[in-house]
Amino acid sequence: MVKEAVDVHMESKNLVVRYGSRVGVGVGGGVNLPLYRHKVTALIGPSGCGKTTFLRALNRMHDLTPIARVEGEVLLDGENIYASGVDPVLVRRRVGMVFQKPTAFPTMSIYDNVAAGLKLVGIRDKRRLDEAVERALRGAALWDEVKDRLRTPASGLSGGQQQRLTIARALAVEPEVLLMDEPTASLDPISTQAIEDLLLSLKEQVTIVIVTHNMQQAARVSDYTAFFLNGEMVEFGPTETIFTRPKDLRTEAYITGRFG
Amino acid sequence: MKTLEKDLALRRRYRAERFMMGLVALGTLLAFLILFLVLAYALAQGVGALNLDFFLKDMRPPGESGGGLRQAIVGTLIVDGLGLLIALPFGLAAGVLLAEYPDHPVNPYLRLLSDTLNGMPAILFGLLAFVLIVKPMGGFSGLSGAFALGFLMIPILARSTEGVLSLVPKEIREAGLALGLPRWRVILSLVLPTARAGLITGVLLAFARAAGEAAPLLFTAFGSPLLELNPLKPMDTLPLRLFAFAISPYEDWHRQAWAAGLVLFGLITLTSLLARWASRRF
Ligand SMILES: Nc1ncnc2c1ncn2[C@@H]1O[C@H](COP(=O)(O)OP(=O)(O)O)[C@@H](O)[C@H]1O
Ligand SMILES: [Mg+2]
Repeated sequence: MVKEAVDVHMESKNLVVRYGSRVGVGVGGGVNLPLYRHKVTALIGPSGCGKTTFLRALNRMHDLTPIARVEGEVLLDGENIYASGVDPVLVRRRVGMVFQKPTAFPTMSIYDNVAAGLKLVGIRDKRRLDEAVERALRGAALWDEVKDRLRTPASGLSGGQQQRLTIARALAVEPEVLLMDEPTASLDPISTQAIEDLLLSLKEQVTIVIVTHNMQQAARVSDYTAFFLNGEMVEFGPTETIFTRPKDLRTEAYITGRFG
Repeated sequence: MKTLEKDLALRRRYRAERFMMGLVALGTLLAFLILFLVLAYALAQGVGALNLDFFLKDMRPPGESGGGLRQAIVGTLIVDGLGLLIALPFGLAAGVLLAEYPDHPVNPYLRLLSDTLNGMPAILFGLLAFVLIVKPMGGFSGLSGAFALGFLMIPILARSTEGVLSLVPKEIREAGLALGLPRWRVILSLVLPTARAGLITGVLLAFARAAGEAAPLLFTAFGSPLLELNPLKPMDTLPLRLFAFAISPYEDWHRQAWAAGLVLFGLITLTSLLARWASRRF
């Protein structure tokens, strides 16, 4: 138990993200949040509280938003990913991301979608690609549904299948950490169930951070939960504690459904 | 009382709307009517000169009947095609830079340049090619004409490329980058292929636009009465020939000028249709 608690995979230190003069996350002091290895950490809170902003700071996606400024540190195995000289491309290879809207690459087949991260950095070995694609699709619980039509356009898949495809695509490059921003927000209950089941098996391979504004989902899938409100990280702890004995009144108000 | 007032206001609004709709319909009708008249007149005047010889034979001297405008048709395809090849890398690169690297320090200048060039009279592109190509090479040539048309096409391509790329959802870029792909790879392998239909459409429309230009070719490609396949020599094109024939005093040539107009119209319509087809097909 003690060993587990110190096995921090990623960690934010005094993290503040600003959009221009406005603070997206880190109101009232920067966010300090540990993400434990091979655990699922859920980020919860009402819309606009800074969950996505925090998540995108973990793999330097804010680099693409001209007005976004990141202050503080994000440590990946103890190394600051914002230190000068760190290549954001390499950070993103280690810290993958799945977005709210399922976005299969529309011009590619199912196979090429999954292989994209490998093929496009020059891996051509067919055996290796085949293996990686199968492993990733199995990992995303999609293999059985698509194994007979790998060469068909990915746009032919349903929303839930496309979302699992994007998970497979992220897994194929073998990241250590997988960031998921409301991955089931646009899915039907059955697809949602499939992805929740998936998370439990995935955490054997990767550390997972999942944003959700569905508290039941957070309670079902996560080991740790962080509650955000108005750009502030209010409370962090084991999911059970947060949902049964929260320390902060605002957390309690939120989980009992009094706002948000 | 209140409802009556509202009623009146509403009725006035309906009347205004009907009036505006009428104006729009009238304008559309007028535009089509003019196009139709031009086409009908060109057909009446030129269709007699449109036979197989028109496509297979070069022009004849005045007074001799028969002949065709093969040299101008082939010349148009070569000069415009070469121009497109010259413009393509620059136009695409500028469009990509504007759409994909909005913060790049050269972009304000690039945009200014592109907007200026877009509004520049076509003949000035001819002047530019005259100074840059004709003078140093010591003579008129199809190649210099290609450069003139190329200059003309660059800003058109840049603008259409930028427009089409900005329609690609940002989720595609983010998904690519989140896979740990470098930015240039995301653009090349994900963004451009996603936009390919629009890109092809833009290229075809630039080609069609340049195909109809005579002014930039007056002192570059210059024109030639005989088929010329060597782009280092003066070459003929349909708009050039149309212009030369139209201002000539000969009846035969007038008819052929109309026919040249018809063929040009056909070529441009065909290219535009192809562009529409491409935007659906890909
Ligand atoms: N690109 C952006 N530009 C400006 N403000 C933004 C941007 N993205 C998010 N914000 C602001 O930052 C705050 C946090 O947003 P976000 O992280 O998206 O919240 P959540 O994901 O919890 O709904 C909000 O006030 C939002 O308006
Ligand atoms: Mg969000």
